[in-house]
Amino acid sequence: MQFDLLIINGLLMDPGFGFTKKADIGIKDGLIARIFDKGRMTKRVIDKFPAENIIDADGAVVSPGLIDIHVHLREPGHENEETVLTGSQAAAAGGITSLCCMPNTHPAIDNQETVKFVTLLAEKSDCRVYCVGAITKNREGKELAEIGDLVKAGVVAVSDDGNYVQNPEMMRRALEYAKMFDIPVISHAEDEYLAAGGIMNESFASTRLGIPGRPAVAEEIAIIRDIKLAGLTGGRLHIAHVSTEGGVEAIRRGKAEGVKVTAEAAPHHFMLTDDLIGERFDTNLRVNPPLRTEADRQAIIEGLIDGTIDCIASDHAPHTEEEKDVEFDQAPPGMIGLETTLALSITGLADKGYLTLSDLVRKMTSNPAAIVGIPCNSLREGEMADLTIFDPEARWTVKKDKLRSKSKNTPFIGWKLKGRVLATVMNGRVTYRSK
Amino acid sequence: MSLSSRHLLQLEGVPKEDLELILDTAESFREILDRPIKKVPPLRGKTIVNLFYEPSTRTRISFELAEKRLSADTLSFTTTMSSVRKGETLKDTVRNIEAMKIDMVVVRHSSPGVPYYLTQCLEANIINAGDGTHEHPTQGLLDIFTMRRKYGKVDGLRVLLVGDIRHSRVARSNIWGLKTLGASVAICGPTTLLPYDAERFGIDVYTNLDEAMEGVDVVNILRIQLERQKAGLFPSQREYSNLFGITGERLKRVNKNFTIMHPGPMNRGVEITNEVADGPASVILSQVTNGQAVRMAVLYLLAGTDDADVTSQTEKG
Repeated sequence: MQFDLLIINGLLMDPGFGFTKKADIGIKDGLIARIFDKGRMTKRVIDKFPAENIIDADGAVVSPGLIDIHVHLREPGHENEETVLTGSQAAAAGGITSLCCMPNTHPAIDNQETVKFVTLLAEKSDCRVYCVGAITKNREGKELAEIGDLVKAGVVAVSDDGNYVQNPEMMRRALEYAKMFDIPVISHAEDEYLAAGGIMNESFASTRLGIPGRPAVAEEIAIIRDIKLAGLTGGRLHIAHVSTEGGVEAIRRGKAEGVKVTAEAAPHHFMLTDDLIGERFDTNLRVNPPLRTEADRQAIIEGLIDGTIDCIASDHAPHTEEEKDVEFDQAPPGMIGLETTLALSITGLADKGYLTLSDLVRKMTSNPAAIVGIPCNSLREGEMADLTIFDPEARWTVKKDKLRSKSKNTPFIGWKLKGRVLATVMNGRVTYRSK
Repeated sequence: MSLSSRHLLQLEGVPKEDLELILDTAESFREILDRPIKKVPPLRGKTIVNLFYEPSTRTRISFELAEKRLSADTLSFTTTMSSVRKGETLKDTVRNIEAMKIDMVVVRHSSPGVPYYLTQCLEANIINAGDGTHEHPTQGLLDIFTMRRKYGKVDGLRVLLVGDIRHSRVARSNIWGLKTLGASVAICGPTTLLPYDAERFGIDVYTNLDEAMEGVDVVNILRIQLERQKAGLFPSQREYSNLFGITGERLKRVNKNFTIMHPGPMNRGVEITNEVADGPASVILSQVTNGQAVRMAVLYLLAGTDDADVTSQTEKG
């Protein structure tokens, strides 16, 4: 059989299906055509194969393509920050082959046309892109968006991300209505009244700096309310970017009570704390929900370990340097993450012994895929060839000029991280290869 | 002797030696202020810009006068327009001003951290004249200077700050400076106007003013901003005044010799009565005079001039 691409000498890690083994992979027509157990692929096959079509994964892990279900691609409306194309290129560099983009674009993804527009752009990009539609029209929390229409156009979930659905009655109806289409409602859980005017977490760090705080309880109350509503309606609830100890605890309890609730955590919430802000007033540390305390950070890690938090998602939120190079409280919240999520997770979780590499991969592949109901391949013959090849031991330094995202707003520039993406294959095509 | 930093951004983290150097230097300048000619030459040829993004009368005039009395060339720029509304970033504004060759910037801004941000944009020395609700280091220093003059020392003094601590940059600068110099600090105000987790400053926290005042040497009364009532943080001026107003009657009741301070501007009849503000315990106007000396000292030390003894020099003509 003639292959398009060979990946040799890698350690295949397929936590969704449940095996880890050394093997070589032959890819053909976007599919995993053959898997050769270690040493079964003859030297003759390799020797006569064009070298540029061989990825030598010696010492590296080959996993199903990573999936990030919380990404802001900014297009349409804020193409100065990111586009579908640049976002997909950043995703590929981060080992990601599928992502979900959030609907807080302009116009918002609250109608079929915008879904079609983004989907069309995504066809020529380096990542599979699934749209999250808005829960309410223009994400204003007043009237339900045409969720049926959105689902027909391909959205895999709904969310007013960036805004909490402040009216509990509206959220109840959203959970009930979305149930009809078996899609999750993703909640950006922060009570707007309690968080109003807050620029960072409310803690002694905000007290010291005199910066207005967003209390942890704003998130906790919001999560608890939504879990109650999910319990009432039987709808599927997904909590985006959990950042508080109380939030983790509420989700844990909700799961124990049988509520259909899932949750994600972003790397910055298990890597950083709010006391860093006072060092340099780095506007790249301004994010919503805000960086919290060490106790919260530990609780997020605990939640990832015990499965309360199902998956890791970047909450990739690009903002231009012009937007961020201002007074701390004038900067828009958010940081990019597509290119650092895997390395931060390896550095902060796997390398520290909190999660095995296999569990980590599961939280970045099959788990997020199951939440939004999108395909996630297994490493078996006949499956789609979405693959991430990474060296979990390799160290690299995050450099601003190497980032592929159109925006460079990350506080991790200059950080030395462990875990490096060597290549990304999406639909049998190499979308990223490290130099 | 020189300071360990070329900027004055906050009192948090400023070493004791630096604080003492500023206070000692301020003593020399304070003496100059009692002379018939109050001008000395050490900052001749230096250009200082006072950049006020928030309205201010007292602090701006105090800095301007301090600069003039040190023979610096000064320029004051006041705007209440935010950079966003103005359409030019703060960074561009200050870099344009610096391009006109200036040496120091005194900045007041509503956003915490702006003085630090300016150190990243500019070469000039930066002095924080109040950044949002973060710090107001020269006010903290002049309050401490006033206490030191009255008691001869700061170490061991018991100081109570009363009022809207949460939104007070003056309170934060007082707390850090006083603690570094060995004073014990307490705060008192309505629970809604106390900062989150304030005990972690290493201070005592009260909500009962009579209790808080027991055993205290200095009561520093902070301005209550009336818009806090509209934001629902306390029910009425009347109630605030009843619970936290410093009145002559309260002073008699607690029955101790206090020093009464207020950084101004005062809401007479709300947080302080005329009887107290203008009474024998009040050093409120001395604070203003001392502010001159302290700001002169800060400007002088940050400018890093080599003139050995400032007090021996007097501007001629």
